[in-house]
Amino acid sequence: MERNQQLRRQLASMRQSLFDQGHLDEQFILLEELQDDANPNFVEEVVTLHYRDSARLITTIERALEKSPLDFNKLDGYMHQFKGSSTSIGAKKVKAESTQFREYCEAGNGEGCMKTFQLLKRDYATLRRKLEAYFQQALPGA
Amino acid sequence: MIGAEGASSSKKARISENPVSKNRPYFALVVDDDPMIRRIHSMILKSVGFKVEVAENGKEAVDLFRTGAKFHIVFIDMEMPVMDGIEATKAMRAMKVESKIVGVTSRNSETEREVFMQAGLDLCYTKPLTMAKIVPLLEELQKN
Repeated sequence: MERNQQLRRQLASMRQSLFDQGHLDEQFILLEELQDDANPNFVEEVVTLHYRDSARLITTIERALEKSPLDFNKLDGYMHQFKGSSTSIGAKKVKAESTQFREYCEAGNGEGCMKTFQLLKRDYATLRRKLEAYFQQALPGA
Repeated sequence: MIGAEGASSSKKARISENPVSKNRPYFALVVDDDPMIRRIHSMILKSVGFKVEVAENGKEAVDLFRTGAKFHIVFIDMEMPVMDGIEATKAMRAMKVESKIVGVTSRNSETEREVFMQAGLDLCYTKPLTMAKIVPLLEELQKN
């Protein structure tokens, strides 16, 4: 019993830290509110769908940033898709960095795009790692 | 502090207060090429009592109406392969579809949204849908 309480506290703390550190916003809470007994893994399923889209888009953007000259319209289009997917799971920091990237695209600022993209990749990887640990911890019997 | 209390108590309160869940079911169609969006929007609509079908593009949506399907409300994405939301909305209105059609787009351009509205939408929202956007639509369906 005590071990279960300890695990529940640990899980709650992991979850709270995601909000406190600015990784997630209220959209994630909406997803949690939709999860029910009929769809017990809904949040994890949605986040997994997001990983599939976002990983593909990151690769595409990386390749596009290697080209010279940069095609800012294409880069903006890819990041628009990435931002949409991130917004849907409440990925707050990554969403903000996507917006910044698009502003640099509009300004034709390649260096700004590249620097922002590095930050975005870092925060995306951090969020992914933390969410994977959170869902792993939340598994029954974990 | 955001996220402090968790979700379950507010979820139960919201669903029990919802007017749709107390009455006959309403039917919604979610049209989007993104499986994640289809999943999220379907869940939001089901949580407030809708029966939901999904379509992956505008052509699938139009074909559903052609085969006699009826929906009280359609949520349709603007950008989709095969047939986009603009063309699908025009086609549905040409078929005299009277369902409420709500555009859902991630595009912020006023010009693009206006073109989408002109196709025959009743409303256009920015993705993702939220309860705050859906509840007034349900209440309007209830009144009508």
